[in-house]
Amino acid sequence: MAGRRHVLLWAVVAFALSSLSIPWFLWGDDAVAAGLPVWLWWHVGWMGLTSFVFYVFTRRAWGIGVDGGVHDG
Amino acid sequence: MGGFTMADVALQLGIITGYLVLALGIGLLAYRLTERSAEDYYLASRTIGTVVLLFTTFATLLSAFTFFGGPNLASSAGPEWILVMGAMDGVIFAILWYVVGYKQWLVGRTQGYVTIGEMLGDRFDSRALRGLVAAISLFWLLEYVMLQQVGAGRALSGLTDGTIPYWAGATLLTVFMIVYVVLAGMRGVAWTDTLQGVVMLVLVWLAFAWIVVSAGGPGELTAALAETNPEFLSLGGGLYSPQYMISMAVAIAFGVAMFPQINQRFFVARSKRVLKRSLALWPLLVVLLFVPAFILGSWATGLGIEATENGNILPALLNAYTPTWFAALVIAGAMAAMMSSSDSMLLSGSSYLTRDLYRPFVEPDVSERREDFIARLTVVAFALIALALSLVTDLTLIELGATAFKGYAQLTLPVIVALYWRSTTAAGMLAGVSVSQAFYLLATFTDWVPATYWGWQAGLLGMGIGLVVTVGVSLVTPQRAGADATLYEGLNAD
Repeated sequence: MAGRRHVLLWAVVAFALSSLSIPWFLWGDDAVAAGLPVWLWWHVGWMGLTSFVFYVFTRRAWGIGVDGGVHDG
Repeated sequence: MGGFTMADVALQLGIITGYLVLALGIGLLAYRLTERSAEDYYLASRTIGTVVLLFTTFATLLSAFTFFGGPNLASSAGPEWILVMGAMDGVIFAILWYVVGYKQWLVGRTQGYVTIGEMLGDRFDSRALRGLVAAISLFWLLEYVMLQQVGAGRALSGLTDGTIPYWAGATLLTVFMIVYVVLAGMRGVAWTDTLQGVVMLVLVWLAFAWIVVSAGGPGELTAALAETNPEFLSLGGGLYSPQYMISMAVAIAFGVAMFPQINQRFFVARSKRVLKRSLALWPLLVVLLFVPAFILGSWATGLGIEATENGNILPALLNAYTPTWFAALVIAGAMAAMMSSSDSMLLSGSSYLTRDLYRPFVEPDVSERREDFIARLTVVAFALIALALSLVTDLTLIELGATAFKGYAQLTLPVIVALYWRSTTAAGMLAGVSVSQAFYLLATFTDWVPATYWGWQAGLLGMGIGLVVTVGVSLVTPQRAGADATLYEGLNAD
């Protein structure tokens, strides 16, 4: 069922957005760029990306998994 | 630096009083527009637009913690707290706003629910569930209202060097809040929240710019921090283990979704479009506030700034680098943050008391007008009980308050199960909610149950327990005759 696959896809996106808002791969890294730790820049950029992905979600998939039964694509 | 002069104190009090009067004016304006019905009083008749919804949720979420607790933590343990807050409030909570909030909004506008207890009680035909959810919520809410009163009392007493004693400060804030909330209801609260949210955001960026400019740029400030606390610049370490960061971010984000004053805001949006816009803008708003507010705390450590007597770093930093009037303005902003949280809490607390405890258990046939009157009466009662407790309390309350979020988090997974899984039963909900809550209470307040498990916190484990128990018990118990298993289904916004 296409609806179910979509829900799964957006669930994966949601999980990725949550888990990578903290850059685990920079653990222990203390590099500084433009006056702030690089890991902080990552976070700022990631929140910007999150906002953009949320925007795309509201345009293309809003209601998925929540609205009753009917999918409008 | 040094002590404040009388003129400084007068200036600071003037700024704070000016703010209180302005907020009262907005409250009166909202009062003139308010109808005498519970739905209007608690939810502004579900007519809130994007800007007001964003900022009222934002300002409600931010209490004194943004200005005091958060920077203090970043100053003593490093700036990683920014990441925890971003993941927690900016991303995970936003997703829950959709998963729980949008669903609640759909159900709420169809069925006319004002509280989550009402919504659950109806679905499961269970007055006990309705009362239990309300009682748990009120228990944690009381601690949180007290925290704000204690915070305000201490802030005013610290600001005026004891001229305004602690009890007078706490009482002043309480009386003001009562008058305000009794008059204004949700509409007034949301309007002042918007003002306060904007003020907070502007003040934090002004403070950030001021300090960056006077210290010679962010590079200089970070370099100073690298000298004194090089470990602050590397990600993780000290307090910040992956388990700690994940436990905090997940448990608190899930807790926020069930915090009465936040959960109730799930009901108030005017339209689907309002919800969509709010979701997309939310992470930006979060990062815009927390990055400057908390990095200042860490930088203060590099600059060798010592916290004030109350243990707060941000006022100390401001006193050292900015003029008195500006520091006072930021303190007024912090008071605003405390108040915008407290007035929303009082309002929600009163709705839980009236709708989920008074009406179902005391007077089922209460008329709308009488309910409206009782709602306002319970605001007064709730605030006064909290004040009485605040005046005799000691420090352990701070810890109590910090644990409140995780107490709420125990409710979230059973609620999500109920919202999306038709086979959930009343027995499953009652068991899931009470077992996880009991586990968390025992882990927090006794030594019988450990507080951490290989670095993972009991708050997070309790959520898992709640989920397993809710599903497990639902599987082996029948649906009640009066339950409506499809109540939350088949809803569309258009």
